[in-house]
Amino acid sequence: MNTLKKFLGLVWMVLGPLTMTFLFIQAIDKVGLTHTDIERTNTILQWAIILFIFLPISLGLMIFGFYAWKGEYDHLPESSEEL
Amino acid sequence: MSDNLPKNNIFKVIGASSLGTLIEWYDFYIFGSLAVIIGHQLFPEDAGASALINTLAIFAAGFIVRPFGALVFGRLGDLIGRKYTFLLTLVLMGGSTFFIGLIPSYKSIGYAAPILVLVLRLIQGLALGGEYGGAATYVAEHAPKNKRGFFTSWIQTTATLGLFLSLGIIVITKNILGAETFGDWGWRIPFLLSIVLVVVSIYIRMKMHESPMFSKLKAEGNVSKNPLKESFSNKANFKMVLLALFGATMGQGVIWYTGQFYAQSFLENTCKLDFNDSRYILLWGIAFATPFFVVFGAWSDKVGRKWIMLSGMLLGILFYRPIYQLFLDDTDYTKVEQTDILSASPAPVTSVLIANSTDSLRTVSTKVILKSGASFNKVQIDTVSATKGILLGKEVVKDKVLPTPVFWKFVGLIFFQILLVTMVYGPIAAFLVELFPTKIRYTSMSLPYHIGNGVFGGLVPFIATLIASFSGATPLSGLWYPIGIAALSLVIGAIYLSNKRDENIND
Repeated sequence: MNTLKKFLGLVWMVLGPLTMTFLFIQAIDKVGLTHTDIERTNTILQWAIILFIFLPISLGLMIFGFYAWKGEYDHLPESSEEL
Repeated sequence: MSDNLPKNNIFKVIGASSLGTLIEWYDFYIFGSLAVIIGHQLFPEDAGASALINTLAIFAAGFIVRPFGALVFGRLGDLIGRKYTFLLTLVLMGGSTFFIGLIPSYKSIGYAAPILVLVLRLIQGLALGGEYGGAATYVAEHAPKNKRGFFTSWIQTTATLGLFLSLGIIVITKNILGAETFGDWGWRIPFLLSIVLVVVSIYIRMKMHESPMFSKLKAEGNVSKNPLKESFSNKANFKMVLLALFGATMGQGVIWYTGQFYAQSFLENTCKLDFNDSRYILLWGIAFATPFFVVFGAWSDKVGRKWIMLSGMLLGILFYRPIYQLFLDDTDYTKVEQTDILSASPAPVTSVLIANSTDSLRTVSTKVILKSGASFNKVQIDTVSATKGILLGKEVVKDKVLPTPVFWKFVGLIFFQILLVTMVYGPIAAFLVELFPTKIRYTSMSLPYHIGNGVFGGLVPFIATLIASFSGATPLSGLWYPIGIAALSLVIGAIYLSNKRDENIND
């Protein structure tokens, strides 16, 4: 199980930047459609909110992955005293 | 200490904490329940779908700042105590809700209207961010160790009951005033009413005592000097914050908001159900499912918190698309046979001049009643132009009222979704409380909870509606957001979380 936790740590580390790249591409693509194909949705404001929120969360996922890769979650504290 | 607390005292603690939390949730949710009406009030009349999406964005802004409220008030709670902190959050929440009810419409003050509402909505979000962690911590620190899941689950019911209360008051107000008056100014009443509820709650909370564990820490001089720094600069603690977020609260948040918010939005805006029908369905679903918060909370004391929460996520991943497909199929009245129709009554044709133009909009509407008991309005809005003639609009079927068997089928489907909410949400307060030590508990548990619920969960209606508006998207496309987030959380939770309970939270 610990090997799996470490291996998946790499996945989370990659998933963070991948998610952000995907969101940036979506934002550029969808904002370009405003007022033409789609009714006035997908505005810059709406996509800016999404990017602003998910950027730090993606960073958090990378840090989580890094901790997992380093084996920080191999043993979880069984008591608050271990924290 | 808490193990020896008399049973009637713990219920007083739960009652006083829960009432305030319930009112805060009520305040927070009336905005979402009235998104369509508020959208018409805050934005230009020709804004179309963007009015709803921008209103949902303002609704979501309240969620987004919840983690910041968790940090600010969590810090206060760990410094000055639980009791006074959530008294403050209650006042801020009640005050801002009351003032939303007083904001003039777009017609009166232009874009100042949505900006002012946004500011008040942000204050609401900050206040709620500070409230929940305090209430859950307060109850858990009073509860006996083998019944922590059971007792904190009462706090967990407040979010759903707050939604229930908001829907109930909205439906009652609308039925008393009538649809037109309610859309005009009656929608303000549920906001204004909040001030009465808050005053009652403040009176009750003033009589509460400080948490025994926090009082002990204070007496021993062990209160954290800087809970923020201790929460997040301590790697051992920070990594648990990340684990709680990605392995539990993130998935829990999307399950909560899909079952109780996106479902209502979907029934009203995508299936075009009648205003009252969509709310009655949710009200019944909530009424039947709410006791299960306590059932799953108590069960988690026996079998652990992890697998109950993760099972709720798994069931959501598997069943959301089939459930929403059923919603669509059963409200599709486009292929109604002539023999199924009991009556079709055309309403008088109305015509309205378009501002700054010689053109006008002509509305042709027909009320159709089917033999099955279902009814709906067929509405077509044509543009009558002096130069181009009549441009026929698309016929829209709306205000659908379901036949009784289908109505109860929908109640069952909503009940199932809220049952999943009770699985993920019932045990989570106890789970989070046990993850962090007393002196930084308020700060540490509040952050993952509010990012998970406020950000991932609160954005479900907004992001799902946005995804469904993409070209080529189907009405079910928006569900990929909660399904994807729940799936990620399920994998992380299953592999990284422990199912063991921390018996000693008195540290």
